[in-house]
Amino acid sequence: MWYGWTGNVLRVDLSQPLVTVEELDRQIAENFIGGRGLGVKYLYDEINPATIDPLRGRNKLLFVTGPLTGTGAPGGNRYMVVTKAPLTGAIGESNAAGAFANAIKYAGYDMIIVEGKAQKPVYLWIDDDRVEVRNAEHLWGKTTSETELAVIAETHPDTKVACIGPAGENQVLFACVMNDMGRAAGRSGVGAVMGSKNLKAVAVRGTHGLKVADKTGFLTAMQAAYKAIDTPDTEHFHQTGTPGVLSLVKEFGALPTRNFQTGVNPQWEKICGEKLATTISARKNMGLACPTCPVGCGRVTKVMNQKFAGEGVGPEYETIGLLGSSCETNDLDAVSKAGFICNEMGMDTISTGGTIACAMELYEKGFLPMKDVGMPLNFGNSQAVVQLAEDIALKRGAGALLAEGSYRLAKRYGHPELHMGVKKLEFASYDPRALQCMGMGYATNSRGGCHIRGEVQDLSLYNVQHWRITKDHNVGPVDPHRWDDKPVLTADVQDWFCIIDSCGMCNFMFFLAMDEDHARSLIETATGIDMGGYRGLMKTGERIFNLERLFNLKAGLTGADDTLPKRMLTEPMPDGPAKGMVVHLSEMLPEYYRLRGWTPDGIPTRKKLEDLGLE
Amino acid sequence: MAKELVIDISRCTGCEYCKLACSFSHHGEFNPLKSRIHVTTFISRSMAVPVVCYQCEDPWCAKACPSGALSIDRNPKDGATVAVTVNESRCVGCKMCTLACPFGCIVVSEKHAEKCDLCGGDPQCVKVCRAGALRFTEPQASIGGKRKGVAERLLKSYEEA
Repeated sequence: MWYGWTGNVLRVDLSQPLVTVEELDRQIAENFIGGRGLGVKYLYDEINPATIDPLRGRNKLLFVTGPLTGTGAPGGNRYMVVTKAPLTGAIGESNAAGAFANAIKYAGYDMIIVEGKAQKPVYLWIDDDRVEVRNAEHLWGKTTSETELAVIAETHPDTKVACIGPAGENQVLFACVMNDMGRAAGRSGVGAVMGSKNLKAVAVRGTHGLKVADKTGFLTAMQAAYKAIDTPDTEHFHQTGTPGVLSLVKEFGALPTRNFQTGVNPQWEKICGEKLATTISARKNMGLACPTCPVGCGRVTKVMNQKFAGEGVGPEYETIGLLGSSCETNDLDAVSKAGFICNEMGMDTISTGGTIACAMELYEKGFLPMKDVGMPLNFGNSQAVVQLAEDIALKRGAGALLAEGSYRLAKRYGHPELHMGVKKLEFASYDPRALQCMGMGYATNSRGGCHIRGEVQDLSLYNVQHWRITKDHNVGPVDPHRWDDKPVLTADVQDWFCIIDSCGMCNFMFFLAMDEDHARSLIETATGIDMGGYRGLMKTGERIFNLERLFNLKAGLTGADDTLPKRMLTEPMPDGPAKGMVVHLSEMLPEYYRLRGWTPDGIPTRKKLEDLGLE
Repeated sequence: MAKELVIDISRCTGCEYCKLACSFSHHGEFNPLKSRIHVTTFISRSMAVPVVCYQCEDPWCAKACPSGALSIDRNPKDGATVAVTVNESRCVGCKMCTLACPFGCIVVSEKHAEKCDLCGGDPQCVKVCRAGALRFTEPQASIGGKRKGVAERLLKSYEEA
């Protein structure tokens, strides 16, 4: 009997098309939980990472929920899109929240595996156990919100939709999957994979209930978790949303400016969360929430300025950091407009901003000629940023050059060192020179220069001290410039986030208030499994992280890819609180490998793999 | 004075936690379709509005019920909570109540009518509404608070000439 999990895997081969339902592998579910872990395990077992071209039909695209998705766990509303990522060639695992995630569970599935490629554009209509592959030629070319509304209109008012926009159709290498009018499974190009399969949308209506193994126990765990998160910090985050993070990051001198040339942006006040709340925000100090989320960080904004008029969801902090600060537009109207375009086109705002900022630096240094871009591309050119966001999605003019991401762009123009990212994935909005932990995380996170699959920066940024990890390592306030304590903290936090990303909950719950015991008691009472205490929980996380490593190694990545741009390693931060700092990666990385039980080349030892049950 | 479920739509975030708490409490499973409280979100206005039975003083549903299954009940536990209540043993599932209710707040599911019963004086939805859109309180207190809010807004807008 399955609790928490539904026990069903829906498999759709678009080439035939053929729809099958199989039982979830119990052993795998217990060892890899759901979401990120379950997705990586299934993908690793089913494709050969070495030979699969991410944008060919043989790649698979997995929509994976966790055992807590759709339950009453706070923020238990997440699904993970897992595939071999076209931007990085590494494991792709992009997470989003929304009623779409819950609908998959209510329809009776833990995971949807999409294989093959449809001859013509199609969408998947999953109405509980009735599954159809439907024609989507009339939807091709439509934006994400148009697609969502059209699919709901032709299916059922209760349908929840995940889809791609024109960026995914055109296989922009950082296209994302969008759901619930503005939530994004954002990074590393999972939307391009969907586009390569001619799959425009997945529409789900679920009417079944979800049962947990131990009702009383779950209710107790749920109430404890809920009580923990009812704090002033949560209220603050509700009122400002992620844009509120900007004023915090600025305090550390970590706000990327001019393609990470510095972490100090003197004009930060023009784009901070407080400014957003009093100008373009649809409602002051009031956000919208995803299902069962006690935080409600979502912003809705409306730009009246004729030049950049528009309305929609966002912008989030990362969007502002990259499109606003790193491109030096310092203009919330322009940032929001570019963000709206990214959402409608279905494109990752971080990589869009990172790539445009990279193009701007190439242009200003004279490496990218005017004739190739057709417009002056100086930092601060708001009009160009907005124009390029659309051009990239449509691969129009210079947009086609940028649609491959900053790594390929910088390399094409002879200066790969100006790609600010790791493993070809653009950095999020934190300069790692000001946060040594971020440097460690960027360098070693499985999907590349990512801030969210192992948020070790939370220890410095939010002064997180409520996790067992922080207590175990006797962490007081974490010095952002110290590096000797970061390898062990990074490894532990990465393992811990493997659990968070696998259980189906939103990680915001955890940096705000919840801890390992909250997660474990919710998973155990929902599913009925015994995770083996805190140690068992962390070992499960470590197993998932190591499997991702194996995937990447098979895909051809090596320890040499665990590095940072030369700027981060050799050019001291020019000003601000972190003035003079570089990332001390060469001091941290060997210790990190040693703690992980990996060889000096970054390969998991046989002993480690046996210990984790991966051999 | 009897407590009522008081809704403040200016606080609702549209998280629908209330829905899942409701279905879990009444049906032992998480299923938004089995909830007795519902929320509609209007993204462009950044607003969400919960809709639930307002416990009419002279309920349409009870008037329409041919089997006398609906009545206004004073909860025996605290003697204070007043809720329009379904007597399941009398209900025949004819759905007349669903036609009569102007708010769509009574449905027939699992063979009998179902509606908000205020959880017998301890509404579970309120417990997971961190935003404060749902409160279980004496309505006078809440309405008084609303009036005070209006007065404060007026005060802010007032500038001495």
